[in-house]
Amino acid sequence: MKTTYREAVREALREALTKDPRVFLIGEDVGRYGGTYACSKGLLAEFGEERIRDTPLSEGTFVGAGIGAALGGMRPIVEIMTVNFSLLALDQIVNNAATLRHMSGGQLSVPLVIRMATGAGRQLAAQHSHSLECWYAHVPGIRVVAPATIEDARHMLGAALAESDPVVIFEHATLYNLEGDLPERPSFMDIDHAAVRREGTDVTLIAYGASVHKALAAAEELAHGGVSAEVIDLRTLRPLDEATIIASIVKTHRAVVVDEGWRSVGLAAEISARIMERAFYELDAPVARVCGAEVPIPYPQHLEQAALPQVGAIVAAALATRG
Amino acid sequence: MNDDRLIAVVRRALESVAPELAGVAIEPSQTFRDQFEIDSMDFLNFIIALHQQTGLDIPEADYPQLTTLEGCLGYLRPRLASGGTA
Amino acid sequence: MPSLGADMDAGTLVEWRRHPGERVARGDIIAVVETQKGAIEIEVFQDGVIETIEVPVGQKVPVGTVLARIRGAEELAAAPTPPSRPLPTPGETPEIPPAVTAERARISPRARRRAESLGVDLAAIAGTGPGGAVSFEDVERAARARSPAADMRKAIAAAMSRSKREIPHYYLEASYDVSALLDWVAERNAGRAPPERLLAMAPLLKVVALALRQMPVLNGFWRDGAFLPSDEIHLGVAISLRGGGLVAPALHHPDRMDAEQLMRNLSDLVARARRGGLRSSELSDSTATVTSLGESIADTIFPVIYPPQVAIVGMGGIVQRAWVVDGRIEPRQVLRISLAADHRASNGIQGARFLEIMGRLLQEPGKL
Repeated sequence: MKTTYREAVREALREALTKDPRVFLIGEDVGRYGGTYACSKGLLAEFGEERIRDTPLSEGTFVGAGIGAALGGMRPIVEIMTVNFSLLALDQIVNNAATLRHMSGGQLSVPLVIRMATGAGRQLAAQHSHSLECWYAHVPGIRVVAPATIEDARHMLGAALAESDPVVIFEHATLYNLEGDLPERPSFMDIDHAAVRREGTDVTLIAYGASVHKALAAAEELAHGGVSAEVIDLRTLRPLDEATIIASIVKTHRAVVVDEGWRSVGLAAEISARIMERAFYELDAPVARVCGAEVPIPYPQHLEQAALPQVGAIVAAALATRG
Repeated sequence: MNDDRLIAVVRRALESVAPELAGVAIEPSQTFRDQFEIDSMDFLNFIIALHQQTGLDIPEADYPQLTTLEGCLGYLRPRLASGGTA
Repeated sequence: MPSLGADMDAGTLVEWRRHPGERVARGDIIAVVETQKGAIEIEVFQDGVIETIEVPVGQKVPVGTVLARIRGAEELAAAPTPPSRPLPTPGETPEIPPAVTAERARISPRARRRAESLGVDLAAIAGTGPGGAVSFEDVERAARARSPAADMRKAIAAAMSRSKREIPHYYLEASYDVSALLDWVAERNAGRAPPERLLAMAPLLKVVALALRQMPVLNGFWRDGAFLPSDEIHLGVAISLRGGGLVAPALHHPDRMDAEQLMRNLSDLVARARRGGLRSSELSDSTATVTSLGESIADTIFPVIYPPQVAIVGMGGIVQRAWVVDGRIEPRQVLRISLAADHRASNGIQGARFLEIMGRLLQEPGKL
């Protein structure tokens, strides 16, 4: 079935709202406006104000409300406009949602799903464009996922709602218009495993979110040059699926990690360290990283693109691991 | 027994001593020792292998006649002409 | 990992023949180790039960590494290592190649591990990986290009260089009329089918062994600045392999065997040396060595002692020469035997005495 990433998200929301009366959607502009990225367009008319709730511009407040509802037995889906704004709710997410099961000795659980847009590429400048997935992936007590495909956009939400602990879903803002087929039978329903999106033997390209598509394009280009690249879509950023990564390294002995986030203290660094710990003696070259430039994301398009990982840089890094 | 079969007998005996000689050309008039680094132990094993294939006793006094392919053929021809086992 | 010769510093475990829980007896073969001399079977030196296997198949470890633990009657938990060798203290960093220069060479971790398991010298490889680093493929290529013969040549070079560097050799030589011995062999072989026949080498080795028994100062090892005589006699027999290789495995107790037994053991030893199936004890416990040129135009060989032994006996080709018998010149079969001995352990007069003893033994082959 031909569809888009945005429609897949909307279908997932519709299914969740239909199946479970405890589910409701809350966030800025999710109702009357239909969602900043139009993901919830039409849902207000369909499900009513009780379940599609517009909020004031106060992330700390509505995330806190979501946590409270979850504690009370509901299954809230909180939408935050972008990861940049989610920092206003960090206290609620890190100090409350992530800790309460632990601090109550298991008596409380917070089955909360937070969706937020992330990433650059739409000329929204430095306050709307950053990739801060690693901030959340750092925190024990929450699960972090990044659907990169239409299929994952459609099915990860259901899996997240089935969890009894908080799940943060990162939807890259450039993916909403992605068009493609949605298979009738999903190949992945879980939010535990990374996926090998392309098999290869010479080098492993590890990416998540929008970067997966750049890695796939790089793999295609590498194939023309006779280099067989394997592409891993991490899917879940916390906990990391080490087994899939290591299995691939054992096969290819070389790795390039692609991450739109900044290189310093980021996810790419974490993945590189895991490879070092688990597969050092399998490596035939140092692990390479292709990351976002260490600047606030620029507004002008040519500078914004220059600050992001691009296919050419991924190809170059992959070739460099082969000498 | 014709010469081709005799050569095959000698070859088999040589290769039982030195398997790496399979397929290597043998210079008929040059000694095995000079061609293939055959030492006294190898030579004894070569005689043993010839003995086992042909049933001939091959006394030590005859050894000097068996140091080349040519010599071996000259030695074996009359002795295997009338029905030696092979 | 036993030392299978002075030139060996590491070996690769290629097969475990016995497993934890199994009972083993002295002399049993429990493992196979790949060395520069080919695949060698490892024997145990004590009775007991294998408790644990410490080195997995495929791993290359330095000499002295514990391969397995055996619980013996006396609760010994030692490795199957020749007892008189000093073991490195546990935890000591083993000295394994590659010899990396002060500036650390660029070698990928995978390549480094592969090179260790294959015994490839990393210093000799030009890298083609990132930044000129040595990659896995580079190591594989180097291993493919390497020949076992070249490895063996290296081993011989190391042992012989050490010998000439450390051992003050002295040399003696004597000519012997071996007609009686050859006649005895010919007579004995006359009525026998080829598989039952003796080579002259069999009684000759027996002569050397018996002479060593009478001159123990030539039979043993120079270790830690002192001569260590051996109560037993194990004669290393230099065996040349086609293609330029050379090994000198031990023929055990030739002094206690008759010529037939000795011949059988010698043919078995040569056959196994050629096809690769020597045992660890055969490579490590020779107490003296014999080298023979066989049929050759060279009358004499001045051999090089195999450390830590202290003597080596060299035999030239047997040729007919004019010989004075009872004041008359007669044609006789003459063999020249040389002795190279370690002057730290013995003196020329003792060496000469050894040659005299052999002369006497050679005249009475029937008594061998």
